[in-house]
Amino acid sequence: MSEPVIEAVDVVKLLGEGAGQVQALKGVSLAVGGGELTLLMGPSGSGKTTLLSVLGCMLTPTGGTVRVSGHVTTGKGPEDLAKLRREHIGFIFQSYHLFPTLTATDNVRLALDVRGENSARAIAKSQDALAKVGLAHKTKAFPRELSGGEQQRVAIARAIVGNPSTILADEPTAALDSQNGHAIMTLLAEIAEDTAHGVLVVTHDPRILPFADRVVRIEDGRIVGEEKPAARATTTNEDSVGIYDYADK
Amino acid sequence: MSLIFTLASRNLLHDRLRFIATVVGIVFSIVLVTVQMGLYLGFGQMVTTMIDHASADLWIMPAGTKCFEDPSLLDERKRFQALAINGVRDAAPVVIGFADWRLPSGGTTPVFIVGSDLRSGGLPPWNLVAGSAEALSIPNAIAVDQSYFDRLSIKGMGANAEIRGQKVEVMAVTKGIRSFTTTPFVFTPLDRARAYTGIAPSKAAYFLVRIAPGADIESVRARLRGSLSDVEVLTTAEFRERSRAFWLFDTGAGAALFAGALLGVIVGTVIVAQTLYSSTKDHLNEFATLRAMGSSGLYIHKVIVCQALLSAVIGFAIAASIGFIVVQATAESALPIVMTPALTFWLFLLTVVMCVVSAIAAIVQVTRIDPAMVFTR
Repeated sequence: MSEPVIEAVDVVKLLGEGAGQVQALKGVSLAVGGGELTLLMGPSGSGKTTLLSVLGCMLTPTGGTVRVSGHVTTGKGPEDLAKLRREHIGFIFQSYHLFPTLTATDNVRLALDVRGENSARAIAKSQDALAKVGLAHKTKAFPRELSGGEQQRVAIARAIVGNPSTILADEPTAALDSQNGHAIMTLLAEIAEDTAHGVLVVTHDPRILPFADRVVRIEDGRIVGEEKPAARATTTNEDSVGIYDYADK
Repeated sequence: MSLIFTLASRNLLHDRLRFIATVVGIVFSIVLVTVQMGLYLGFGQMVTTMIDHASADLWIMPAGTKCFEDPSLLDERKRFQALAINGVRDAAPVVIGFADWRLPSGGTTPVFIVGSDLRSGGLPPWNLVAGSAEALSIPNAIAVDQSYFDRLSIKGMGANAEIRGQKVEVMAVTKGIRSFTTTPFVFTPLDRARAYTGIAPSKAAYFLVRIAPGADIESVRARLRGSLSDVEVLTTAEFRERSRAFWLFDTGAGAALFAGALLGVIVGTVIVAQTLYSSTKDHLNEFATLRAMGSSGLYIHKVIVCQALLSAVIGFAIAASIGFIVVQATAESALPIVMTPALTFWLFLLTVVMCVVSAIAAIVQVTRIDPAMVFTR
């Protein structure tokens, strides 16, 4: 594995207070390298989303260390953590979280706008990013005019437009049919072919296993296993997806 | 252009009903403040209209005089003492007082007599639309404002009536000289003013001092104060302020107007705050997404403040238009609402401040936002 783009070391996270307090993460260590697509799988309540939130600098760990592109997050305030997110992390959400009142271009451009990037350059980059995800013809469409798969592609364009080192995806295929799920995972796998980007996907969906370089299993707040599939599916290697629904396309 | 404006405007227009409610709240508030403050200005101008139109550098008046309409009297001897002061060019007596105007139908209505020496030009009628000030030297001649014709039961120029049992004839008509007390002003020469009000020939309410060319007003005033007892000597500006302060604040009228304006601001602030808060609550998911994407708190605050400012500009534009109509509609009324460029500017500033202050609750709400909520929605 190349240098980790994002890393958790012995991370502990307590959630809640008093009698209702639970230990969601119990000393988790996980590193995602550049050029790697890692799947984080586990049952509901296992700590997947908590780990994703901690790695994404949205939750501060109770114990342990998180590094994002070499920056230790410990002791950083909300604004510094936000800066780390906008400069180094792209997010993809299960329910897309697109802005319904903005066009596809503006939704993507938002990731650059929060960085204060020049508008004209940001629009050009956003349209490039939409072209990369196959939506060059939908730049002016509003989310309501796009299918679920197209909306998730816009979300991917938004996540990659700022060229972050890490893409964190939370159940990116959960709301999609097989065909769209395949297309989305193909895009993420393409992103992970570049050693400058590491992709971590939290999922329940076994159909996307063939796209992974590595599968990490988490249960009850602990990493309980890790496996490496023989070959990762890519756009040029769809047959290797074989046994899974996505590969049936 | 940054997406801040786009996001703010789309958030506002996304829920049109709420946007309309916000604008209506601002319009209601600002129109109310406009009316109250316009009345304040109009009232302020009206209570000092006689002072503003008198040709005086200094006013000699009985000590303790509160306003122009104060009926205290000075002795004519003080006028001669004043005229003897170095630097005093003229000291024109002015007589004021209430009198009864006999109506042709029987009964009387009160009028406010303003008498001055027409030759010295102390306080003659202005804004004449018929007749002339010189015509008042004709025996029994008076000037009245055309807005009081109905009140006085007269038809205009040449109309005859009786004041304090003495025949009068309208020989000059003014426009827009109205009293905030609604009592009609009647302009007449000094001697007849005394006769109509029953004031002794040796008395006057004011002496309007005009200083000699090149004389220093403060020096002349100091000499007048030194020579005359039981009087006050005020500049026109000072007397204007004293009269205005008396009518607006000592009577409570100004406080009532300010209280109305304050109520408007409070209502407007609450309405805008409530709608901005609920709008922000509706878009909380989007703000959390922005935060998750790494936007600074300031970026999100700018979106909310931009929403508030957009509401302010649109609301103010409508409110100012309504205010303009109200000003036009009341221009000829007993108490006109006055709008000045300065008041317009301050109202706009007030609208902006009100809307930005209203955004505080919404800003506090998004400041507490947890970006991790995007994973659970």
